[in-house]
Amino acid sequence: MNKHMQTSSIERSTVGKGIAHDSAKKHVAGQAIYIDDMAELPGTLHAALVVSTIAHGIIKSIDAADALAMQGVHLFLTAKDIPGHNDIAPIMSGEPLFADKKIEHLGQPIGVIAADNIELAVKAAHAVKVEYEVLEPVLDVETAHERKEYVLPPQELIQGDVDAALKDAAHVFEGRLEIGGQDHFYLETQIAYTVPGEDDDMLVYSSTQHPTEVQHHVAHVLGNLANSVDVKVRRMGGGFGGKESQATIIASAAALVSHKTRKPVKLRLKRALDMTATGKRHDMVSKWRVGVDANGKILGMYVEYLARAGYSADLTGPVITRAITHTDNAYFVPNARIVGHACKTNTVSNTAFRGFGGPQGVITSEAIIDQIARELNLAPNDVRAINYYAPDNGEVTPYGQQVEQNQLVPVTEALLASADWDRRRTEIDRHNATNPVIRKGLAMMPVKFGISFNLPSLNQAGALVHVYQDGSVHLNHGGTEMGQGLFMKVAQVVAEVFQIDVDRVKITETQTGKVPNTSATAASTGSDLNGMAAFNAASAIKSRMLGVAAKHFQTDETDVTFKDNQVHAKGQSIPFSELAKLSWAHRVSLSEAGYYATPKIHWDAKTLKGRPFFYFTYGAAVAEVAIDTMTGESRCLRADILQDCGESLNPAIDLGQIEGAFVQGMGWLTCEELWWDKAGRLRTIGPSTYKIPGSRDVPPEFNVSLLNNASNIEETIFRSKAVGEPPLMLAISVYLALKDAIGSNKDRNFDLKTPATPENILSSLSGSANR
Amino acid sequence: MAQAISFTMNGKPVRVSVRPDTTVLDLIRGPLGATGTKEGCAEGDCGACTVLLKREGINGGVANAANACIMTAAQIDGAEITTVEGLAHEGVLNLLQEAMAENGSSQCGFCTPGIAVALTGLLANNSAPNEEQIHDALAGNLCRCTGYRPIVEAAKKAAGKIQLAASAETSHSASSEEISFDGAVARCPTSLAELLQARRELPNATLLAGGTDLGVARAAYEKDWSSIIVTNNVKELRQTQEDATGWTFGAAVTWQEVLNHVGEALPSFGTLIRRFGSTQIRSMGTIGGNIGTASPIGDGPPALIALGAKITFASVDGAQKTMPLEDFFLDYRKTELPQNGVIVSVHIPKPKADEHFRVYKVSKRYDQDISTVCGAFWIKMSGDNIEDVRLAFGGMAAIPKRARQAETALKGKPLTAENIFAAGQLLGEDLTPLTDWRGSATYREQVATALIKRFMHDLNGETVEVMAL
Repeated sequence: MNKHMQTSSIERSTVGKGIAHDSAKKHVAGQAIYIDDMAELPGTLHAALVVSTIAHGIIKSIDAADALAMQGVHLFLTAKDIPGHNDIAPIMSGEPLFADKKIEHLGQPIGVIAADNIELAVKAAHAVKVEYEVLEPVLDVETAHERKEYVLPPQELIQGDVDAALKDAAHVFEGRLEIGGQDHFYLETQIAYTVPGEDDDMLVYSSTQHPTEVQHHVAHVLGNLANSVDVKVRRMGGGFGGKESQATIIASAAALVSHKTRKPVKLRLKRALDMTATGKRHDMVSKWRVGVDANGKILGMYVEYLARAGYSADLTGPVITRAITHTDNAYFVPNARIVGHACKTNTVSNTAFRGFGGPQGVITSEAIIDQIARELNLAPNDVRAINYYAPDNGEVTPYGQQVEQNQLVPVTEALLASADWDRRRTEIDRHNATNPVIRKGLAMMPVKFGISFNLPSLNQAGALVHVYQDGSVHLNHGGTEMGQGLFMKVAQVVAEVFQIDVDRVKITETQTGKVPNTSATAASTGSDLNGMAAFNAASAIKSRMLGVAAKHFQTDETDVTFKDNQVHAKGQSIPFSELAKLSWAHRVSLSEAGYYATPKIHWDAKTLKGRPFFYFTYGAAVAEVAIDTMTGESRCLRADILQDCGESLNPAIDLGQIEGAFVQGMGWLTCEELWWDKAGRLRTIGPSTYKIPGSRDVPPEFNVSLLNNASNIEETIFRSKAVGEPPLMLAISVYLALKDAIGSNKDRNFDLKTPATPENILSSLSGSANR
Repeated sequence: MAQAISFTMNGKPVRVSVRPDTTVLDLIRGPLGATGTKEGCAEGDCGACTVLLKREGINGGVANAANACIMTAAQIDGAEITTVEGLAHEGVLNLLQEAMAENGSSQCGFCTPGIAVALTGLLANNSAPNEEQIHDALAGNLCRCTGYRPIVEAAKKAAGKIQLAASAETSHSASSEEISFDGAVARCPTSLAELLQARRELPNATLLAGGTDLGVARAAYEKDWSSIIVTNNVKELRQTQEDATGWTFGAAVTWQEVLNHVGEALPSFGTLIRRFGSTQIRSMGTIGGNIGTASPIGDGPPALIALGAKITFASVDGAQKTMPLEDFFLDYRKTELPQNGVIVSVHIPKPKADEHFRVYKVSKRYDQDISTVCGAFWIKMSGDNIEDVRLAFGGMAAIPKRARQAETALKGKPLTAENIFAAGQLLGEDLTPLTDWRGSATYREQVATALIKRFMHDLNGETVEVMAL
């Protein structure tokens, strides 16, 4: 049984409607074109990466003679063949495209080989012989931390006086949580197709969330200016953060071959190499000491994160910042010291993944709450309730941002009621009293998530809108489509401005030559930023068209209204298309580049203080699970979700984001396990060994609702709120419900590391403190 | 000798010259230009490459979902393939596709063609599937975006409304002629004699039944096969016989066909078969291939050993030998099968009224996962005491193996928690599990004992698995 409520919206013509994904029909017909589906130009070469087979060492020699002797193999390029800079670091520097001398992780690209077809290229890549001097790899964060091996200096947030707070606390609890990483497992692996043009131009089709970064790095690697590179992205077969910085490896390598050969080049990673050579969600170890009063109210906490950066910084810095700024989750922490270490290991450099450190922060926060409840024998929801941000408790975060439009109490109370918490709690306790083998668990948790890139400069966007003389509209913006429905949402915004049908708005591929200097489609900000930029562009055109209409109707602009593909004034109407033609005839521009920069935000990256987030979203989930206490197998039986999407731009798309994020979060916390062997080789490099959730893993009862009457108090696009990442963290309810089921057997708190595989659950069950 | 593969795709005859070891996915996306079918993993696990495969006399002659990525062109000679491009009729989407498009069943869309094909296959063969059957049909399709709920709902909406286009009249039947192109050959013998002849003449050939294991290395471009022998058309290997005492399955009988025969009589085995592969894998993979590949983590052998199955195989000169399946496995990936011999059939005795059989599998994911531990148990009671018992395990040693010491400890005693605990202490005498990404040795030992306990609870009629809730 599934119930799906939708938010009631202010009446609008297009925005707020549950319109299907723009490519839905093409998807089901197999007609949506991904890069690997594009017709190949004559002479296209296929490239493959040659990667390190050791985790740590020095390259002694590279011998590609056998590979190059293969019929149909054309050339092999390494670091020394790079005409520009061998550096593709997204923020810092010193992250080479191809390892020159030093090997720092297994799977690190050493070179690229090109052949007539992909099979030959892959075989040739395997035929390249590399000799190494092997060094001992560092493979875990604790070892790196002990040896003080970091890729960045630590980040530290200090609020109040933790030491004094802990000294005065009635109870101080210490804890440690091992939080697993996660592979993105986008269904379409990383791919780029590069086409050299005249002069040194390079057209790049890249499956990327960050076309601008691909543009800059391709130019940088080739030693050319950014204006010589044009990057196009129509759609990705999934991104989830994995195609933000990582896509530059693939695009730059392909472009290098195109540059040398003057031929089109396709580089697509096979799944095993994709999972070996590209970064993942950071696994972390969090450690804490928390001081509470006799009622479990938090007085102060010291939290430390050891994040697996991998061999380089990539995006680890801001990932840690977001972990730190989400360690409070929904709870007022008057005194805090939160430290994050970017531990250097000889593993692939970890990167962005939906939530971007937020999940690690929120699960730490919830593990702390759960521990307080278990140690003090209190109901976890009571501990939550007394610690929520609230006017009578405190509403300033440890990083100094005021918690505004606080929905924690309304969201959690409404959800507990709709999920029938009290009755089910009683039933589950009764079940557990009489069933020694199959135990059940129930848990609720809220999520408060900050929306905006932590770095203020990234919070800007551009859009390009043209109205043609037949009234059709061409829409382009800096956001990329990875399945999240961004293109439809932004098209709805433009259709709403002009009051025309959304199918008159042509959705076009993202292209750096049309809209420049864009930010990654990331941090849940895609529709906030690009929707507003497109709104600004369309509104500017509309205001000029209003002038033309006023002249035409011989009235004031204020009398003119756009509605139902028509323009109305003084009881008369003309079609929107006619007004477009009239505007052209009056020599009025029907094209506009729109721009938007998020207001109000500021951030001090040294002290980790400021207002990093334009606003917060609020959500909550209740999960019910069952575990087999003999084998540790588990199952989520039911989940109930209430999520604040503001005034949703498209409730159908938002619902899909919430459900998909929740299931992806369940995967992160239960079945998806990254497993490295002692040599530093990841052994879970395909779906046969790395298990993402399947259809039967989805809770058989799954009720998702959007919060009603939740118009954003901030001036976001039609008062909507972002949705991409926050619901992923709602899956922490499943983790907490598993702890609840295991805890039915225990008197005190206990550890449960993630992912909570059957083995890890059984390990917790058989650990100490069994009742 | 033919230089081309002939088959039917989306109702049209296709004759194409490619190396017989070309994967079907590369064939249809490349030379045939049908790019709707996607490569997501190239190991038969994500389902983005799903096509419908219809072969005369196999799987009831109906179209079943199959993985194009790990199937070679040699295996589809004479078959009918439907790709996502073949689901719509004259440009009109079928009603499942319509339901998916309206229902938010796609986000990034990359898994979507495979899912549309898999569900069309389900609904064409079953007009009113229940929820479990929909999940069975989706077990071989991964979606990373949607969370599946809208996909399952689309299948329910379209139920009863899907028919596949009638077969093209031009469809071919399999030919035993050798196919040869670009330095590679394939033979599809139709009799055991022809098969053994092919084994003699092509001693280095890759013997392919479903290819669901061997095809993974091919799809990764780690191997190519200059000669292939396909067993799917060998009539002796395609036979199924059932009588009051048991079933005899030819080695090339697919797991889907085995499931159809044993699912009702041995529901526990049926559940295992549904779990150890997806619909796609079951429609391709065969009982003989599952045994012949001799994986220590194959799920078929522990169940078959516990059931007391016997295997019959032929040496290359035609001499046949029958032995208990448990004796067939010698060491890691080593069996009694003589050089270039072939597995002919497997006989499974039906448990009698005083005999009980259950098989359990523990893995990280319920569907389409490889066992951390598979435990298969057969017991014959005499009053309250155990007269005879077989405890067979997968994932616990280099071969699928019985725990003989534990069995001995249980014989003549009632099945109680105490006796199971004592027997569990002896599992280490026979079983030597490894630590890997599926579980530590310690965990595997704990689970092996737990599964014997579960067997006891199960025989008492208790709910023993979370999936039963």
